[in-house]
Amino acid sequence: MKNVRTVAANTFREAVRDRVLYNLVFFALLMMGAAILVGQISIGIEESVIVSLGLTAISVIGLFIAVFIGVGLVSKEMDKRTLYALLAKPVERWEFLLGKFCGLVMTLTVNTAAMAVGLYLALWAVKHTLEKSDGWILVAVYLILLKLALIVALALLFSCFTTPFLAILFTAGIYVAGVFAGDLRTVQAVDLSPATMNLLKGVSYLLPNFEDFNVMGAVAHGRAVPGALVGQATLYAVVYGAVVLAAASAIFSRRNLK
Amino acid sequence: MATPAIEIEHLSKEYPYGFLNLKKKISLEDLSMRVDTGEVFGFLGPNGAGKSTTIKLLMRLIFPDRGTARILGKSIDDVSMHQETGYLPEQPYFYDYLTAAELLDYFARFHGLTATDRKTRVQNMLKKVGLETAKKIQLRKYSKGMLQRVGLAQAILHDPQVVILDEPMSGLDPLGRREVRDIILELKKDGRTVLFSTHILSDAEMLCDRVGVIVGGKLRGVGTPGEMVGIQTQGMEVLFEVAEGKNLPLLAKATRTGERYRVQMPEEELYGAIEQLRAAGARILSVAQIKPTLEEFFMNLVEADRAQANAVEVSGK
Repeated sequence: MKNVRTVAANTFREAVRDRVLYNLVFFALLMMGAAILVGQISIGIEESVIVSLGLTAISVIGLFIAVFIGVGLVSKEMDKRTLYALLAKPVERWEFLLGKFCGLVMTLTVNTAAMAVGLYLALWAVKHTLEKSDGWILVAVYLILLKLALIVALALLFSCFTTPFLAILFTAGIYVAGVFAGDLRTVQAVDLSPATMNLLKGVSYLLPNFEDFNVMGAVAHGRAVPGALVGQATLYAVVYGAVVLAAASAIFSRRNLK
Repeated sequence: MATPAIEIEHLSKEYPYGFLNLKKKISLEDLSMRVDTGEVFGFLGPNGAGKSTTIKLLMRLIFPDRGTARILGKSIDDVSMHQETGYLPEQPYFYDYLTAAELLDYFARFHGLTATDRKTRVQNMLKKVGLETAKKIQLRKYSKGMLQRVGLAQAILHDPQVVILDEPMSGLDPLGRREVRDIILELKKDGRTVLFSTHILSDAEMLCDRVGVIVGGKLRGVGTPGEMVGIQTQGMEVLFEVAEGKNLPLLAKATRTGERYRVQMPEEELYGAIEQLRAAGARILSVAQIKPTLEEFFMNLVEADRAQANAVEVSGK
């Protein structure tokens, strides 16, 4: 695992030295400012508006980073051929891939944590106090982070066998489909044959169910998030993520570099 | 019998291309050769001959369709083989957000070196490749030649037994080329094995114990540089100066440039010509063998290939 740690630390260092990341943090702070403004004109529901807007901003910004930087993790290295010298060291290809994944997840964790601090500051600015129930925001942020980690894994998988442009399209497509995976499982359409319904249901179980990671509505209204839901989402993310990374590793391990 | 440093057996590689990748271009065809421990081996060939393909196959950056290879007795499928191998890619490019010192430290970590050892080796290596003063500059600001030096440094940083360099002189100025030559000779002196690809004959002649010539994906021969290239001497060339008005038969065949005359002749006429020049009081500036240029040398091989292919086609008809 030492090699994985080394690659991860370097991936994190790259992100830190990448100005785009700083711009996104700046953008997050700007969103927080907007949240405060909206909070001031939403009489009585400032808190839930700020929490909703803040969590949405954290999710959307994280999504952009996960997709765009996630796809570039491997494809950029292949394109610029920075990978050549590295793979000529005693490093397994799966170690490189896992290191890249961990490095970006580490970056997202720091970035998301910084934005969560911004959200709490915005909340404090409006309420001048923080309550115990505001702690659920952290749970929502944690679930967003799990979702982002899954997206990074998917972006990595697609970038292992297709062009960056298509990998972005596929990742974004899977994300959108995954948001509606729950609906697909329960859909009742009268004009579809049972075979089509079964196929649809089968596909819906293959898709990552991103809706399970969304507790923004509950948290915005100060409601508690059940521990079982958090545990289930964590287990789901770990298993699904491991399968996706294993597939990515299997493809990348046999890939000819140009 | 000692284990060879590099053994290649029947390596072949094809690249698919065209619509749905249905067509295939042979990049390397049934390559078998060995590089002995402690020798400097030059891999010669024109662009697109299959030199980089062979090296990438050895480094497991691409995978063979057929055949296998071993480095220091270990299969190239075994990643631990890289512990004793150093590799410089062709036209190397590295993480441009890092400084040279950071990059070398990063690579050194994969070889399990301690922090103190890493620091010392990085310092020494940067000094060796002449980048000591630029060590704190991000690589994005480096010239092509400087990147080549960083590439060489990362290849030999962990003191490997086998060093594989893909076009190590590429992009370097004369001083840089000389420094690389010195490093290769130093590696040889330390008992290391060096395999490098080049299309510059003089580099191969100067450095290599043996060379392998590859054209069109096929190995055309392996031998000493003299055997492979030097035997095709096309005659002798004499450069001289002589006072005006001298009756010298040699002048009829000579080309004049300023005060100097240049004349070419078959090797057996050389001593006669020197006698003539001595008798006329001429000043001989240089006597050199006329060798085919790189282009001529490789073109001869390519033409021979074509002639053979045509002969097969005609006899087939």
